[in-house]
Amino acid sequence: MSAGLGRGSARAQTSWLIKGIEVAGTGGHGAADILLSDGTIAAIGAGLSDAGAYVLDADGLIALPGLVDLHTHLREPGREDAETVESGTKAAALGGFTAVHAMANTEPVADTAGVVEQVWRLGRAAGYCDVRPVGAVTVGLAGARLAELGTMADSAARVRVFSDDGRCVADPLLMRRALEYVKAFDGVIAQHAQDPRLTEGAQLNEGEVSGRLGLAGWPAVAEEAIIARDCLLAAHVGSALHVCHVSTAGSAEIIRWAKSKGWPVTAEVTPHHLLLTDECAVGYDPIFKVNPPLRTAVDVAELRRALADGTIDCVATDHAPHPVEAKETEWSQAAFGMTGLETAIRVVQQAMVDTGMLDWHGVADRMSVRPARIGRLAGHGGPLAVGRPANLTLYDPAAPAEVVGPGVSKSSNTPFGGMELPGRVVATFLRGTPTVLDGKLT
Amino acid sequence: MKRHLISAADLSRGDALLILDTAEELASLADRPIKKLPTLRGRTVVILFFEDSTRTRISFEAAAKRLSADVINFSAKGSSVAKGESLKDTALTLEAMGADAVVIRHGASGAAHRLAGWVQGSVVNAGDGTHEHPTQALLDAFTIRRRLKTGSTRGAGLDGIRVTIVGDVLHSRVARSNVLLLSTLGAEVTLAAPPTLIPLAVDGWPCAVSYDLDSELPKSDVVMMLRVQQERMTAAYFPSVREYSRRYGLDATRMARLPDQAIVMHPGPMNRGVEIAAEVADSARSTIVEQVANGVTVRMAVLYLLLGGTEFPAVAE
Repeated sequence: MSAGLGRGSARAQTSWLIKGIEVAGTGGHGAADILLSDGTIAAIGAGLSDAGAYVLDADGLIALPGLVDLHTHLREPGREDAETVESGTKAAALGGFTAVHAMANTEPVADTAGVVEQVWRLGRAAGYCDVRPVGAVTVGLAGARLAELGTMADSAARVRVFSDDGRCVADPLLMRRALEYVKAFDGVIAQHAQDPRLTEGAQLNEGEVSGRLGLAGWPAVAEEAIIARDCLLAAHVGSALHVCHVSTAGSAEIIRWAKSKGWPVTAEVTPHHLLLTDECAVGYDPIFKVNPPLRTAVDVAELRRALADGTIDCVATDHAPHPVEAKETEWSQAAFGMTGLETAIRVVQQAMVDTGMLDWHGVADRMSVRPARIGRLAGHGGPLAVGRPANLTLYDPAAPAEVVGPGVSKSSNTPFGGMELPGRVVATFLRGTPTVLDGKLT
Repeated sequence: MKRHLISAADLSRGDALLILDTAEELASLADRPIKKLPTLRGRTVVILFFEDSTRTRISFEAAAKRLSADVINFSAKGSSVAKGESLKDTALTLEAMGADAVVIRHGASGAAHRLAGWVQGSVVNAGDGTHEHPTQALLDAFTIRRRLKTGSTRGAGLDGIRVTIVGDVLHSRVARSNVLLLSTLGAEVTLAAPPTLIPLAVDGWPCAVSYDLDSELPKSDVVMMLRVQQERMTAAYFPSVREYSRRYGLDATRMARLPDQAIVMHPGPMNRGVEIAAEVADSARSTIVEQVANGVTVRMAVLYLLLGGTEFPAVAE
C-alpha cells in the first residue's frame, strides 16, 4: 500500500479510499472499495472514487471491523513501569484493536468512579483506541463487599463490565448478589474462575508435566467447579455472566451445556490458550507462567473447537505486561501473565484460520462483533456498512514471519518471541482516523 | 555426560554407570592414609545453598576438598540474597568470581535449571524444591549396588532389583530422582503411599504404584522411606500422624516381612517414630549411615567427571 503520509498529515486527512480489499463477512463477493469520510463509512462498492480522499491500495488485504478486547491489563494507575494507558493502547492499535477493556486490578484498584473515570480520560487523551474501564466487583478486589457498581456505571466511564480479574469472586452469595445487582444497568459480571482453596500455591496445570517438574499442580476442576456454580447462579437470577479466559476442555463443555439451556452465559479464550501447552514449561522459563495456566494439547484442541462452534464467544488477550525482573527469576517467584495485544490476531490466524476452523467472517465475529456486544460497546463491533463508525482493521494474512521484539508495549513478556506466526496488521482506523498505517503507529 | 547435572533424566545408563564405577575407584582411596587427590587443584567450586541442609552441604564440601578444589561456601541466609538480591544477580556475581562449578540447593523447583542459563560453569543440582536431587539418587544407587550385588560391581546395573519407595512422593525430590535413575539402571520401582501423596498423573512414570505397603514388603529388595514433612501433617494429606505411621510407617513387625537380604534406606533426616521406628533405623538392614559416607564418594565422582579433572586414573592405579 502507498502510505507516504507523515504522522501529522495522516491524522489530518479526513477521507480515505481503500481500494480492492476483501471485506470480511460479505461472503466472498471479492474485492471492494471502502470510502471513509468524516469518521464514518461513506460507501462500499466497486470502482469508487473521491477526489479529496487519500487512496490506499489494499490489494490482498482483508477488512475486519476494528478488533475489541474484553480483557486488557493497562497497569495504570500504579504500575506505569510495566505499562501505561498510552503504551498499552499503542500496542492495541498495532494489534488491530480499536477498543480495549482495561481490567480493574490497578493500584489503586478501579473500584470507584474516580479511578474508572481517570482511566477512561487517559484513554481519550492518548487517542489510540477507545478504553472502556472494567470496574471491580468488590472493594479492593478483596472479595468481601461489593464496590459501588452503580456509581461506576453512572460515571463518565459508563462501566458495564465488572470483574475482580486476577482474583475469583469465590463467595457464592456475593457472586449471586453481584450478578443480580448489575441487572439494573445492563451490566455483566466477568468472572475469573479459580477456586482459591484448590489452587493454593499452584504453579502449573496439574498433570503429567507438573508432576515431572515438581511444580505445584493447578487442577482443571478449580476452574470448572466455579464456572458450573456461576452458570447455575446466572440462570437462577437471570443475569449476565461472562467467563474470563476459559482454559480447559471441561470448562468448554460446561459452558456448552449452560448455553444449551438458554442461560445468559458468555465466555472468552486467550490467544495463548489456543496455541501453547504446559509442555512449554519444561525449561522453567516463567515467560510461560500465566493464570490460568497453560493446559494440555487436549484442552487446546477442545478450546479451538468451542471457539469455532460459538460455545466460546470471543478471543480476549488477557494482555498482562510485567517488567523484566518479574520474569527473570525462579518459576515460583515470577509473576503470572503474558503480553498479547500485538500478536493476538496472528495467533488466531495460526490456530483457527490456517487450520480451517474459522473463516475471516468468523474472526470478525469472535474478535469484534461479539466482544463489543458483551461489553455493551456501541460504535464498535461492526458491521462494516455504510453509515457505521469507521472502526476497522486492514489485515494482511501473509506468510509466517518470526515474532521479533521489543514491541511498543513497555513490557516484553511475550511467549511468542522467536516463534513464526502468520499475518500482519497493516492499518487500523479509529472513527476514520488511522492509528496505524503500513504497520506503524501514525 | 552433559555439562550440568540437573535431573537424573539427564543421565543415560552409561553415564550413570560411569559415575558409579568412578565412585567405586574413589572409594578404594578412602582407606589410604592421605585421602586427598590433586585432581581439581586450582578449580573453584561454589556451594550455593538457599535452604538449610547441613548434611548435603558438608557432603559436597568434603567431596570438593578431597579433590583439592577451592571451595567457596555461599549461604543465602544473612547474605545479599536475604536483602532481596535475585538469583540472576547472584549467578552473575559467582560468574565474575570464576566459579568452575556451582552446587545449588534451592527451595524453588527449576532453580538449578535457571541458574544453568546464567553461568558458564557446570551446575550441580543439590535439590531444587520438589523437583529433583540427582546426587541423592546416585548415592542411593551406589549403596544398593554395593549391598546387593555380589562379586565385582564394576559395570553392573541394578537389573531385577525391586525397590519400594514409601511416603510423600508428591513433594519429594528424592523420589523423583530415584524413580528416574533406578529405572534407568534396570531396577523395578514401586511407589507406596496414600493416594493424596502420589502425583495425579503418575501413570507416565517408569514405576508401579501401590496404596498398600504391607503387600509390597515381601516383594522388596530395598525399602526406601521418605521423610514426612511437618507441613504435610496439617494440610489434610492424611488424618493424623498416628494413622500415617500405622499404615505407612516401617516398624519392626513390618520389617520382619521383608526378604532376608532386603535393606532399609532413608535419605535423612529421619522422623523416628513417624515413618521409621528407631529399632528399624538402627537395625543391620539399615544403610542410613552408609548412605552418608557414600554420598561424599559419589559427589567426588560427579565433580570429577563434570570438571574433567586430570591425574585421577594414574593415582587410582
